[in-house]
Amino acid sequence: MLTSTALVLMMTGPGLALFYSGLVRKKNVLGTLMQSFALMAVVTVLWGLFSYSLSFGSGTSFIGGFQNLFLRSVGAAPDADYAPTIPAQTFMVYQLMFAIITPALIAGAFAERMKFSAMLVFTVLWSVIVYDPMAHMVWGKGGLLNASLGGRFPTLDFAGGTVVHVTSGVSALVCALYLGKRVGYPKESMPPHSVVLSFVGACLLWVGWFGFNAGSALAAGSLATSAFVATHFSAAAAAVGWAGVEWMRNGKPSALGAISGAVAGLVAITPASGFVKPMPALAIGLIAGVFCYWMVAKVKARLGYDDSLDAFGVHGAGGTLGALLTGVFAVSAVNPIFKDAQGHTLASGLLEGNAHQLLNQLVGVSIAWVLAIVGTLAILKVVDATIGLRVSEEEEAQGLDLSQHGEEGYYWEASA
Amino acid sequence: MTKIEAVIQNSKLEAVKTSLQEIGVEGMTVIEVRGHGRQKGHTEVYRGREYSVDLIPKTKLEMVLADALVEKAVQAILGAARTGKIGDGKIFLSRVDEAIRIRNDERGEGAL
Repeated sequence: MLTSTALVLMMTGPGLALFYSGLVRKKNVLGTLMQSFALMAVVTVLWGLFSYSLSFGSGTSFIGGFQNLFLRSVGAAPDADYAPTIPAQTFMVYQLMFAIITPALIAGAFAERMKFSAMLVFTVLWSVIVYDPMAHMVWGKGGLLNASLGGRFPTLDFAGGTVVHVTSGVSALVCALYLGKRVGYPKESMPPHSVVLSFVGACLLWVGWFGFNAGSALAAGSLATSAFVATHFSAAAAAVGWAGVEWMRNGKPSALGAISGAVAGLVAITPASGFVKPMPALAIGLIAGVFCYWMVAKVKARLGYDDSLDAFGVHGAGGTLGALLTGVFAVSAVNPIFKDAQGHTLASGLLEGNAHQLLNQLVGVSIAWVLAIVGTLAILKVVDATIGLRVSEEEEAQGLDLSQHGEEGYYWEASA
Repeated sequence: MTKIEAVIQNSKLEAVKTSLQEIGVEGMTVIEVRGHGRQKGHTEVYRGREYSVDLIPKTKLEMVLADALVEKAVQAILGAARTGKIGDGKIFLSRVDEAIRIRNDERGEGAL
């Protein structure tokens, strides 16, 4: 579990940090790295002080409480409700890594134009107002959507399709629309300054995702293995899917397309990873690769919003797709999550005979969408009214590295 | 004294340099540039967005030579840099008023 925890942190730093930074222009590389890195620090502090308690403490169906304020009672003894074989502290720090990466994903939508100060304030508020309630509803004791602990609308979300990807992805769309397009978009040419960095980041994400999904079994064993395999197969199929579509449409499969495809597959399999068999995982990946390509290459262009690094196109759309497909492909043979009063295992998903589960998935996804939209809009308005969200036009032209951090990412001029 | 500016294909730099050195050219400056004449660029596609790249990477050589050497140098460049296709580049000649060696103040053709 500690290895999985470390892998998930690695997904943010440097996985996501590099993936995003490679996609922006050279003058914003450090600013983009800093957005991920700052969250590694800031969210950790919040988590320790009170965010863990709000997410995983007992409270209402919508939010936890303050019993674990300052991590009180979170020690060596396991929390039987969550993970009976590992210390509560292990569970806490594992969940922390999820809380860190979720807001970091949103940065893809406001890349290259958000003030660093505004990003920090936004993230602190978002973490508490959107992430904590969603995590509580799906994974917390008494949560409305908790499939393991008898939630009213049990939503199957093994590792965070709704909690992580839908919330961040939809919030990203709201941010992109609220902040507006980058100066010069879409006419000015803004190609990625280093697909190489993005490539390294994407590979780190793929490997790290084993911690994200397999680790969500919260113990080594057959379920963790099953999640590991499903994760890997989905990533592979999605990479083939996206690259394949590009090859057919553009005549050449791009490196950026292949790695984006893999990420889309990883996103989509996240909610399904602990519930589906390997062949359906391949199918989920393939569908996600093609679907997310279409969202990013066609829908975004047609609708005209500047979701700079495709946080909505891959995470919002991919997460929604994955959460719904989980309702289709989940089988009790992999994970007997639903039991009747006598303890007999019930069918999990549509193909196994439980059509109703799709409705529950829809409820979970819808709540994520609504919470993300309403919460994000409110926070954006407040932050914009107080300190302002966007850098000035001059700062945007100068680049975030210089304007926000007083640095340059690359000093390659001759200085022998 | 005449300044020769030659914009050539990147892949021809070694051949041109060798040819010039063989006829006695002792100094030159090489700069990486981007530009275009009649040669069209290419299109790159990132995540479904097309980027038209019409400034093509080229290499520019600059050298100032004694007038007696200029035509031989031009022929050397032409011979080494030409492929016959669009994009081979161009050579420009211009008059230079003075040349000065920084090390010892030498002036005129002796400074070249």
